[in-house]
Formats: sequence, C-alpha cells, structure tokens
Amino acid sequence: MGNGLKKFTRSQLVIPLFSLLLLVVFNLIRDVEFFSVSIVTNNQGNRVLSGNLISILNGASAVAIISIGMTLITSSCKGQDISVAAVAAIAGSVFVSVLRSNEITVPVIILAFLFSCLVTVLFSTFNGILVAIFKIQPMIATLILFSAGRSIAYWINGGATPTVSSPLLSSIGGFIPGIPIPSPIIIMVMFLILISLVLRFTNLGLYTQVVGINEETAHLNGINPILIKLIAFMISGICVATAGCITVCRIGLINHETLLLDAEMDVILTVAIGGTALSGGKFNLYGSVIGAYIIQALTVTLYAMKVPSAAVKAYKAIVIIVIVMISSPVVKEFAINLYKKLFKKQVGTNIPMKAS
Amino acid sequence: MKKILALIMIAVLTLGLAACVATPPASGQTTGTSSGVIKIGIVNNPPSESGYRAANVADFERVFNEANGYKASTFYSLKNDEQLNAAQQFITDGVDYLLISAAATDGWTNVLENAKNAGIKVFLFDRMMNVDESLFEAAVVSDMAAQGRMAVQWLKEQELPEYNVVHIQGAMGSDAQIGRTTPLDDEFAKGTMNCVIQQTATWDEATAKQIVESVINSGEKFNVVYAENDGMAKGAVAALDEAGITHGVDKEVIIIGFDCNKWALRELLAGNWNLDVQCSPFQADKIDEMIKDLEAGKTLPEKIVINDETYFDARTITQEDIDKYGLGD
Repeated sequence: MGNGLKKFTRSQLVIPLFSLLLLVVFNLIRDVEFFSVSIVTNNQGNRVLSGNLISILNGASAVAIISIGMTLITSSCKGQDISVAAVAAIAGSVFVSVLRSNEITVPVIILAFLFSCLVTVLFSTFNGILVAIFKIQPMIATLILFSAGRSIAYWINGGATPTVSSPLLSSIGGFIPGIPIPSPIIIMVMFLILISLVLRFTNLGLYTQVVGINEETAHLNGINPILIKLIAFMISGICVATAGCITVCRIGLINHETLLLDAEMDVILTVAIGGTALSGGKFNLYGSVIGAYIIQALTVTLYAMKVPSAAVKAYKAIVIIVIVMISSPVVKEFAINLYKKLFKKQVGTNIPMKAS
Repeated sequence: MKKILALIMIAVLTLGLAACVATPPASGQTTGTSSGVIKIGIVNNPPSESGYRAANVADFERVFNEANGYKASTFYSLKNDEQLNAAQQFITDGVDYLLISAAATDGWTNVLENAKNAGIKVFLFDRMMNVDESLFEAAVVSDMAAQGRMAVQWLKEQELPEYNVVHIQGAMGSDAQIGRTTPLDDEFAKGTMNCVIQQTATWDEATAKQIVESVINSGEKFNVVYAENDGMAKGAVAALDEAGITHGVDKEVIIIGFDCNKWALRELLAGNWNLDVQCSPFQADKIDEMIKDLEAGKTLPEKIVINDETYFDARTITQEDIDKYGLGD
C-alpha cells in the first residue's frame, strides 16, 4: 500500500488532481449546493442534467480535446502550436459552409466534419513541415497561422457570421434526445478512449517521448523524428477540427473572430498544469485533460462568485501562477528539504503532497 | 559584412513595404472634372472586420459607382498610419471628395488641413475623429447611446411587474459597449430595474452562454436578457434552451439583441426573441445626397448627422423589414 502511494505521489498526476481537489473543497465550503445536479426538461422536451458540474464538464470539452493534440506536439517538438484556436475557426467555417450548401442530414454532417478535418490536417501538416523539416521553432512557425487563420476563416465565410440551425446540430452541441448527458462530454470521452487505445496498441506514445527527449538517439534507433512530429501535428489537426465543430454546434453560428478566442493559451496552460514539461519529453494525456477541467472549474467558480468576467483572466492567472510554481522543481526540492529537516526520521510517502 | 548585408536587406524590405502601402490609391488618375464625373476617394476599414463592415462596404459600392456619376477609388486598412498615407495620396491625386472612416480618432488634423488647402471636401462616416469641425463638411455617424436608450425605453414600455436583468456586455471600452451599457446602468442606479448580473462576454457567443449558464445554476430568477449584440443574445438563448427556460413573445424571459443581422431578425419573426435594435451601416445614400447638394451650390445644414436608426419588435416585424434592414444573409 505504501509503495502504491509512493508511486502515485511521484506521478505527474499529483499536482493536477490536488489542484482539482482544492477547487472542489473550496467550492463546497463556499456553497454546498455548488455541485448539485438536477434534472430539468429542456425546450426540446428532453429530460437533461443541469448544474455547475455539468457546465464544467461540458464547457471544458473543446479545450480538453485540443489539449490532447497539444500534448503530443509539446512532447515531440519541444514547443507549442499557438495556431490551434485560429485553425479551429477555419474548421468551423468549413463545417458551416458545407452544411449551408446542402440540406442538413446525418451523412452531410459527417461529410462536413470529415471535410473540415481534412482542411485542418492540411493546415496542421503545413505547421508540422515548418517545425519538423525546416526546424523552425514551433511557436514561430505556428505564429503564421495564428495571425492568418482567422482571416482565412473570414474568406471562407465571405465576411458574415453565417448561422446553421437543425435539430441534428443541436444534438451534437447540446443533447441527444433521450440521453441526459451533454453530447460534447460524450464526444470528449470517446475521443480520449480512442487516442488512449491508439497510444496503447502502437508505439506512438513511446516514440513521441523518445523524439522529445533526445532526437539524435531516436534517429539512431531507427525512429524517424520528422515522421513522428508530423503525426503529432496531424492528430492535433483532427482534435482541432473536432473542437471547432462542437463549438459551432453549440450556438449554431460561426463567428470567425471570436470562436475559441484565446483558447490556445488555455490549452497550453492545460498541458503545463497536466504535468507535461513544456520543453518536451515525457507527457501525460490524462493530466492535460484534467488540466482543462481545472481551468473550466476555475472559470465557472469565478462566474458563480460574480467576479467581473473582464477580471476573470487576472484571477485565473493568479491561481495558475500558484499551480505552476508548486510544480516547479525548485519549489519541490525546497519543500522536500524542508520536510526532511522537520521530520528527519520518517522521510517518505507523502512528501510531494506536503510540497503542494 | 553580414551585418551590412542584413542592413541593406532591411532597407530594401522597408522600401518595398512602403511602396505597397502607397500604391493602391494611385489609380483614378486625371480624367478631367469637366466631364461631370465626380472623383471621390474612400478610406475605410476592410470588409473582413465584421459583418457590419461588409454591409457598409457593399453599401458604398452600390452608391458610388460610375452608373451614378462617380469615379471612386477605395483604400481599406485597419491601421491608422496606412489610412493616413492613403488619404494623402488621394489628395495628391486630386480627388473632389474624400470619404473617411478612420481606424483611430487621432492624428488626422494635418491630412485634413492639406485636403482643405487643396480644395477637397471631406466627409466622415461611421466613426468620428478628433479634429476641428471646420476641417470636414459633415460626419454621418451612429449614436450608440441612442441605441441603448431605445432598447431601455422599449423595455420600460413593457411595464413588467419587475425587471430582473441579465446584462451581457460587449468588449469593454468599445464605443458600442459604452453606448449600449450607459442607459441600462442609469436604470439600475435609479432602482427601476434590478441587475441580476452584469458581465462582459467580449462579443463572444460561447462566453455569453457560459455566463447565462452560471446564472441559471445559481438559481437566481431573471426575466430579461439584454445582450449588446446578436451573437451574444444567441449564446444566451442556447443556455436558456438547455435549461428549459422559455423565451420570446409572452414567454418567461425577454430577449434583446443589437445589430439587426438577418438571422436575428428571423428569430424575432418566429417570436423567439423580443427586440433587436439597429446599428445602421448604411451611410452612403445620405452622403450621396449631401454631395449632390454641395454640387448644386447649397450649404449643408448640420455638421453631425446621426444615422436614422430604428428597432424591431417581434410583435410588429415583417419579412419586408428583414429583407430591407437585415445584415448578412
């Protein structure tokens, strides 16, 4: 048992889980009712779950999905893709323009989604080529689409904010009749399972980390770093398209200027909170996903506390500084030393917990 | 050696960029004013800025073309310095009229003085700038505060037993946000209306939805959603729909939006929303009229012309209104 605990405290998941726990406890003290979930009948006549907990899980889905791709890119390329939100705007625009030129049926929605995936994978591969082959720093390489992405989305939309409405789309962005859980949550879970299976039954996860830790060694061992990096970007492209399409379905409208605005920063934070080093190497997918829920929980908490939303970012920044500081190696080491000095005899199990 | 080469490269690039900026307005050369064609230079923001701007640009293209006796050259930029350069170039080209929607309010005095000395008449549209009134003939602008007052006035006329308002603001500090917030703030201050929550969603639909969700989750009751543009109203409505709260004509919650997009007006027609206040991008006809007056030797009665703007009530809106006043498609 002690060994299991030791193993757990050493894992990358400690900090994100502990932060999440802290948020939950804080909210329970503030308002016991905060996490209460109730069943209501929505305007489509479905009985659905409602409450802050659902808002958190639902609201975080887009960022959580993108963070999966970002984690792979971070791990293999030692840098981040800052164009994800802008490319999501492109994905959404492509999705809407395909839907608008056809009658909206299930096959058309699937076609529109596949088409937007294709477009985002192309854009992501472009980023990937700049990073992997031309060895441009990821942040600089993706800066191109970061600034141009929303203009490209504008061209696709022809300037307006086109709307699409269909009960089918609201089942993707809202609730499927008969299922009380919001569809974005279901999509997110399915997506995570799919990626986990891919990582479990292929060597992709291992190769990605090896490329991130030491490219030269990877190369000498017969792993093609360029290919691994490109694959990371391609997977990220699919993640981004999924997130973009979900966001469009939520409101039934594409606004290329505001769709997932500033989400790239949230996603990068998510990865950082999740315990993946932003300098590449070892990654933790589940940590990133939990990170997304932490950020969303924080936002919902602040809204519930009626903090002006203009100030929400500042409060978020403070909390994030604390989380990132706690997980910094310098602080960890300091805490461990302090702990050793205080309790010289029983050095062991719950050190990092105390460090937090 | 490398450094010198780099310096030369930079110099060449800068020159190249400068040339790019300067060239676009250089069209529209001398065709002779005696032919009756009026030469105008239009400095505007690019249509990609927003749906509002796209409609604005289309409106100017519709009015100022050769069929209507104009030879128009247009320059688009979001950057004030590029706009200034373009305006100066139009002056050098010798246009008769200069029509400007400035990216920023400051820095225009010099250029407008040059225009005045060259005998070029200047109109401002959509946006005011910080210059002496003698430097332009007239400005056709929107009065954002009037839009806010219209909405609040309409709301008061509904004579609800109580007003519990969810107020979703645009990007803080923007003209539209300040204009549309102030009249409602006055009511909150007077106590005639109760502010359930006042939050900015920075024009983002998804953020608006989250804000309304958090209000619903908190269990507080409200009967009005006042969103400062159509998109945020749509986001708010999505949250209401999920929570099973009815909205629209004679329903639990009144929905108010701004801008009059076509899709938003259709929501009104369907009775899902209650009110949409217009922010008119159509200034070209008014300016055309004033140019004709000046050409006929008349003087203009006023310097600041406020756009005729209106609002649409779900109970009275017609399909014709949507076709005529709606933005986008």
